[in-house]
Amino acid sequence: MTSNSVDKEKSTSGVHPLKFALWLIIISIIMMFGAFTSAYIVRRAEGNWFEFELPGIMLLNTVIIIASSVTMQLAYNAAKKNNISMLKIMLFSTMALGIAFLAGQWSGWSELVQNSVYFGGATANPSGSFLYVLTGVHGFHLITGLIYIAAVISAALNYKVHSKNILRIQLCTIYWHFLGGLWLYLYIFLRINH
Amino acid sequence: MSSTDISINKDVHHAHEEHDHHHDQNFFEKYIFSQDHKVIGKQFLFMGIFWAFIGGFLSILFRLQLGWPDATFTFLEPILGGWVANGKIDPEFYLAMVTMHGTIMVFFVLTAGLSGTFSNFLIPLQIGARDMASGFMNMLSFWFFFLASIVMFISLFLETGPAGGGWTIYPPLSALPQAIKGSAGGMTMWLVSMALFIVSQLLGGVNYITTVINLRTKGMSMTKLPLTIWAFFLTAILGLLSFPVLFSAALLLIFDRSFGTSFYLSDIYIGGEALAHTGGSPILFQHLFWFLGHPEVYIVILPTFGIVSEVIATNARKPIFGYRAMIGSLLGISLLSFVVWAHHMFVTGMNPFLGSVFMFLTLIIAVPSAVKVFNWLATLWRGNIRFTTAMLFAVAFVSLFISGGLTGIILGNSSLDIQLHDTYFVIAHFHLVMGAAAFFGMFTGVYHWFPKMFGRMLDEKLGAVHFWMTFVSVYLVFMPMHYLGIAGFPRRYYSWSTFEAFNVFADMNSFISIAAIMGFSAQFIFLFNFIYSIFRGRRASANPWHSNTLEWTTPPLPGHGNWPGEIPAVYRWPYDYSKPGSVEDYIPQTVPFSQTQSSNLPNERDQE
Repeated sequence: MTSNSVDKEKSTSGVHPLKFALWLIIISIIMMFGAFTSAYIVRRAEGNWFEFELPGIMLLNTVIIIASSVTMQLAYNAAKKNNISMLKIMLFSTMALGIAFLAGQWSGWSELVQNSVYFGGATANPSGSFLYVLTGVHGFHLITGLIYIAAVISAALNYKVHSKNILRIQLCTIYWHFLGGLWLYLYIFLRINH
Repeated sequence: MSSTDISINKDVHHAHEEHDHHHDQNFFEKYIFSQDHKVIGKQFLFMGIFWAFIGGFLSILFRLQLGWPDATFTFLEPILGGWVANGKIDPEFYLAMVTMHGTIMVFFVLTAGLSGTFSNFLIPLQIGARDMASGFMNMLSFWFFFLASIVMFISLFLETGPAGGGWTIYPPLSALPQAIKGSAGGMTMWLVSMALFIVSQLLGGVNYITTVINLRTKGMSMTKLPLTIWAFFLTAILGLLSFPVLFSAALLLIFDRSFGTSFYLSDIYIGGEALAHTGGSPILFQHLFWFLGHPEVYIVILPTFGIVSEVIATNARKPIFGYRAMIGSLLGISLLSFVVWAHHMFVTGMNPFLGSVFMFLTLIIAVPSAVKVFNWLATLWRGNIRFTTAMLFAVAFVSLFISGGLTGIILGNSSLDIQLHDTYFVIAHFHLVMGAAAFFGMFTGVYHWFPKMFGRMLDEKLGAVHFWMTFVSVYLVFMPMHYLGIAGFPRRYYSWSTFEAFNVFADMNSFISIAAIMGFSAQFIFLFNFIYSIFRGRRASANPWHSNTLEWTTPPLPGHGNWPGEIPAVYRWPYDYSKPGSVEDYIPQTVPFSQTQSSNLPNERDQE
């Protein structure tokens, strides 16, 4: 590999460059959701805004994603202590909880459709469309997080995740906590603005 | 992701580090899918030049229409085909050309071509790093840009033409495919292309910031960085914060276009028939767009601030005047660029009080901008100026930045904007201050760093011809436009000869078009010089400009890893030119104070 000659360990800031880059990526995602939520507030203030109830399952989803953050942290702790069997259990639980969250969001969408809150079309109001966009774009990022977890699981199965090779799971943990935090922000934001 | 495994085998590849660049890479690894920052920088440069010629050619085509509105252009039929009927350019194609000219120049040339080239090429070389933090991400950044380019290029050949709603793609026009041809397939491809482009910029920007923060060599503190690096660093931060917002805006527009949502659409009639969309707000798009759009103009101009500071100090043989003030003004401009976006929207019916807040913030930008201009002039003051081609372009950059910047103070006033909005005054302003000025900064960089990029020199005589023709024609094109604009001449109009008020400007419009053609022709001199010199130019020495920064301590054509041996350590700032008591008129950053006792200042004695 050509990039081998770059000595990645010698960092002037004391933080691993890839970890630093991950934080920058997180900042750009925050900016994206900042744009969506500020557009939401501006648009709502203009009136002609259809009010409806948030799907009840979203509260359950919030609990699920917080639980997945806990299991992810436990997986990371297990990796640091070289507790490989615990690591695998926790990674798989995180994966399962993540998928459960997505399924819950999906059923939230069907509940919205049943209540005649549509994404597009003649009867759609931006209030409903915004909800689909916020949950949809968050869901997309969650899928990228799940792919990352899958990569960590496959590394863990090959015994490549342990206390001396912690970076991969460390970055994954940061990203997953961020996605959980992002959902928490969106949920509270939607609760307040409904 | 593979890096975690690499770090485990650190000891192994350390032993091999010296031999790494002897490994024979095949053609694809070396030139096409390269992860070397220098090759990626050159790839961005070649793509930028390619796009600049297309964007420039489009401007010549619509200048023909504007210069001679009643003429017939049958000679264009072989090139434009169906877009020219009976010698008249199709009005909708005219709008598409204007749109593509703006899009190509702002995003593909002056963002990707400028930051992509010089941030990639110079950041590792000037901070003393072997490569970018992630070579793989850097390679992806170029290839996302390449994909974006392909999509945008194909859109030029669609039957309904490329996007035609203006480079700002305001809805509702851009959101309704049935509105004009330019909102059909071309607009979809525009949005796809820009989405890919934004991914490319974010990948690149994350890399630039990470590299500057994490991979500086020993002794290279933030206050010993060349101003180029400061400028690239802040540019990348602006991009990281503003491009995601454009992505959000574009995503909502895509939903409006193709999925029947109504984020930006409300109460619209087409052909007498009401559309189903209700509840949207087109102004919302403008807020989101300009939240990117305004930082974007600084993304275009900031890198050239850095390049010009570097070249002026080197060729005036003087330390840059007010190094810390230069950094401070860069920071000030970056910060302010995020709180002035609504000055593009004074006439959208916004609250006048809000308008005066944005006006006030806009006018404050004049302060850090003036700090920069005065510092450049003070650096030139009584210097031993060498008029290399790069220096000519750098000095002309300062001139253009002043003439274009002054009209910015006029336009920033919300009351004056009522008269001047969407006239040629605006065109003249932003072409001088960010279009031509950024191009001049880019030329400055190409002429100055060409020896390090290709190991050969550009021809200085051809360079001087290129410079004077470009410089003169830029002023001839844009100065008269101020006059048109004050008279209220509107931008984006295809045909103006039927308006009594504008008919008197027929000669002036022809004059502008002739000057534009002259300016465009001059670029072929540059193209010839550029291609010829890559193969046949005079061979360059390692440090042809007697410059202080780290990149000139590498061999004439630095290999992979940049320095054959160890990375040099840095002991001083990069602007020790003509230091009293020194034998040479320049002291590179790698020379420790202990070797320059005759020229050390009292406060530098303790570092000897």
